[in-house]
Amino acid sequence: MVGIVIVSHSQKLAEGVMEVAQMTAANVPIAAAGGLENGELGTSYDKIKNAVESIYTDDGVIVLADIGSAVMTTEMVLEDIELDNVKLVDCPLVEGAVVAAVDSVGGRTLNEIINKLENEM
Amino acid sequence: MIDSKKIIAIIDAAAKKIESEKDFLTQLDNEIGDGDHGINLARGFKSVEEKLATFADKDIGAILKSVGTALVSTVGGASGPLYGTAFMKAGNVCKGKFTLTDEEFAEAFNAAVEGVKMRGKSAEGEKTMLDALCPAYRAFKGGVDGGKTLIPALEDSVNAAMQGVEYTKTIIATKGRAAYLQERSLGHQDPGATSSLYILQAALDVLKKG
Ligand SMILES: Nc1ncnc2c1ncn2[C@@H]1O[C@H](COP(=O)(O)OP(=O)(O)OP(=O)(O)O)[C@@H](O)[C@H]1O
Ligand SMILES: [Mg+2]
Repeated sequence: MVGIVIVSHSQKLAEGVMEVAQMTAANVPIAAAGGLENGELGTSYDKIKNAVESIYTDDGVIVLADIGSAVMTTEMVLEDIELDNVKLVDCPLVEGAVVAAVDSVGGRTLNEIINKLENEM
Repeated sequence: MIDSKKIIAIIDAAAKKIESEKDFLTQLDNEIGDGDHGINLARGFKSVEEKLATFADKDIGAILKSVGTALVSTVGGASGPLYGTAFMKAGNVCKGKFTLTDEEFAEAFNAAVEGVKMRGKSAEGEKTMLDALCPAYRAFKGGVDGGKTLIPALEDSVNAAMQGVEYTKTIIATKGRAAYLQERSLGHQDPGATSSLYILQAALDVLKKG
């Protein structure tokens, strides 16, 4: 199954989006990377990296991020990480997470899901 | 000519300058952003300070790369990946070097500015740190190409950055959090342009002391 990582400035938001996605796809591999290490608002390179690594399989991982540094920091993690098939996708965060989760559990491939998120939302 | 020791001294001075201007930078960011620029950068440069002792025998490329990595992992806001990329790209240009000629310094400066543009998908005129950094680089490069030595060229560069910071007051933000404010961002100076000016000023201060 394709994994999903939710990156947000807020730990609550990242975890909330994850919960909403799990409502319709309980078994999806999904991880939240929200806020700084100490729980303050912001984006954490290490949290993003750890989240990706925690759910990575050869099926790949889709990363969805909120704004600004969440996007830029994710880009840096993906440039550094030595894993194929990890992609940042630009789409609505909550709806994108729900669609990706349902399709992942439904057996869609990484590229199929990315295509849908980029072109049909 | 600049050696590793000077680079370390510049980074140390930049960290101290950011720490002492932390509240002002945060106040600027309160006006047109989310009020954390000073806090973010002070946190980042504190972690850089903690690494300074390990830099002593390293080449300039390795030092700049370490600074970049520390900023990316600790700043927590947009200025983290932006300054982080800037230092890392400059580090690439200085790989294995223990001294830099003025031309090489200009090359590293250029790589840093291009790094910010790449990471931020941004350009001059969008009310960001680039409005200080781009004119500062041009002034430095122009000075060196025109035969100026390091300190006068860097003086021109700092002056250009200062004008760039003033210019940010007159334009509307189209990148970063301030962009959400649209025309309400007018009249305010950009926090990132201001911190860029401080870093350049720190470099000039150190070099002037000799
Ligand atoms: N895309 C960009 N390109 C260049 N500079 C940018 C960009 N986005 C923001 N900046 C600069 O970063 C500064 C803000 O830095 P700060 O550390 O406060 O980040 P932030 O906006 O709070 O980050 P976040 O994206 O997490 O909200 C701005 O004043 C601006 O100079
Ligand atoms: Mg901010």
